[in-house]
Amino acid sequence: MSRSGPVAAYGPILAVALLLAMLPVATSANTILNSMVMALLIALAGQGWNILGGYGGQFSFGHAVFFGTGAYVTALLQARFGVNAYVAFAAGIAAGAMVGTILGYLSFRSGLRGSYFALVTLAFAEVFRILANATAFTGGAAGTLVKLDVRPENFQFSSRAVFFWIALGLVTAVMLGVRFMERSRFGAWLVAVRENEDAARALGVDTLKVKIQAITLSAGVTAAAGGFYVQYFLFIDANLAYGTWISIEALLVPIVGGLGTVFGPLIGAVALHGLAEATKAIAGRIPGIDLALYGSLLVLAIAFAPNGLQGLMAKIGRGLSFGRAP
Amino acid sequence: MAEPLLSIRGLVAGYGGTEVLRGLDLDVAPGEIVAVLGSNGVGKTTLNKALSGVIPVRGGEIRLEGKRIDGSPSKDIVEAGLIHVPEGRRIFPDMTVLENLELGSYRRGRPRRAQNLERVFATFPRLLERRTQRAGTLSGGEQQMLAIGRGMMAEPRLLILDEPSLGLSPLLVEEMFALVQRLNAEGLAILLVEQNVMQSLALANRAHVLENGRFVLSGRGADLAADPELEKAYLGL
Repeated sequence: MSRSGPVAAYGPILAVALLLAMLPVATSANTILNSMVMALLIALAGQGWNILGGYGGQFSFGHAVFFGTGAYVTALLQARFGVNAYVAFAAGIAAGAMVGTILGYLSFRSGLRGSYFALVTLAFAEVFRILANATAFTGGAAGTLVKLDVRPENFQFSSRAVFFWIALGLVTAVMLGVRFMERSRFGAWLVAVRENEDAARALGVDTLKVKIQAITLSAGVTAAAGGFYVQYFLFIDANLAYGTWISIEALLVPIVGGLGTVFGPLIGAVALHGLAEATKAIAGRIPGIDLALYGSLLVLAIAFAPNGLQGLMAKIGRGLSFGRAP
Repeated sequence: MAEPLLSIRGLVAGYGGTEVLRGLDLDVAPGEIVAVLGSNGVGKTTLNKALSGVIPVRGGEIRLEGKRIDGSPSKDIVEAGLIHVPEGRRIFPDMTVLENLELGSYRRGRPRRAQNLERVFATFPRLLERRTQRAGTLSGGEQQMLAIGRGMMAEPRLLILDEPSLGLSPLLVEEMFALVQRLNAEGLAILLVEQNVMQSLALANRAHVLENGRFVLSGRGADLAADPELEKAYLGL
């Protein structure tokens, strides 16, 4: 939709990616790298949520269902069937996307919107969590381990820096894709659905199809985060895969960073994780202090920066330039 | 009369257990303005929804240029050229004027889109001035122009205007009706669904008064305006 040239559209994404890629050169501290890998993983899951929630206006409370499916398929194909890790990862993404299509078809076809859609996604995630927890095939409550065999062809690396670069690569690729989507006909239709579904339909937009396509994409991206999680920790259980923590993180980072913007999830993830680490360092090990802080920040973000940190920064930038004007 | 552009026969539609429209017949010939008049709650909105495929048709048939369109999904109806400018404008407030307009034309190819845009800007120079502005910041009258412009972008064979004068100041209402007349003078057929009786009758070739899901009075616009029955029918006396 946007008329800006490709350099203005894609340049900033590549510039930020290059800048971040320097991080392992600047520091070899494992704690910092580890925390950045987690931030990128959440940014990836959040970008998935952002496609459906930020651009399409369909708020899901259960993106864990996609994250967990991506994670379990990646883990189980390796642990149970000895499938190559990269193939398993790709299959995990495909399986997550498929769950998205099915969930989208079921809920959007019956016209579920707003809080009803949110509740259905939440219910799906819970059902999957309970099933994964009770089934022997998934390892039940004990979870599933991926055999430790540190070799690049197994998607396992001894250096955290490599994981960091892979996570950064995934986040960057998806950001470029989302930017492409933003500028495409599909992106315009998706935003039209968010802004006013009836009006979009009156313009001839096939709103059901657009929403199902959006949830499929959204689910695939969040499933990629799940698959990456498995390769990074080599372990998954039902609460990690389908727990509410990831559903909340996935929606929190785009809301805090900037809903329906390409950079929103990344900004939100880095800001929230930086904050969580800082709190832990200062407040020590009070249980749940980072969660309390997340909650407060979300309230503040919605109250004072409805367009997220990105919107807030833009507003401050405008304020400063107004200040300088004669 | 020549082969009608839009032809409705025995249209029945409603929601749940209620039938709102109970057998409507209506024709719009090429180049004609036909008005459907009625106060709140008589079925005007239901008629629009049935025409644009948002709610299913329960009986009768709707034909556009001889082809049946009842039962088709909205996108096919739009593709066929029956374009609906919804009540209350329904513009996309956070998009720019230009983006709003482009959305109207995404079903047509890129070159056609540019052509359509040029034509809309020629009709609405105000929209050209404001093309980079957020649509939500436009005045009510400008938003209505934008909604009509967006409809024009879809290359209508027949434009349905749903209460275009709603919520506009009397001066802007005049302007809006003048605009409808101008579009019609360029050859566009228009189905005007309105509460504003006298002004609609002044420019409609033919008009129908809708009450309780039926047309209670039909005729040429000028004749109806002079008909003493009109007041009775319209006020439900």
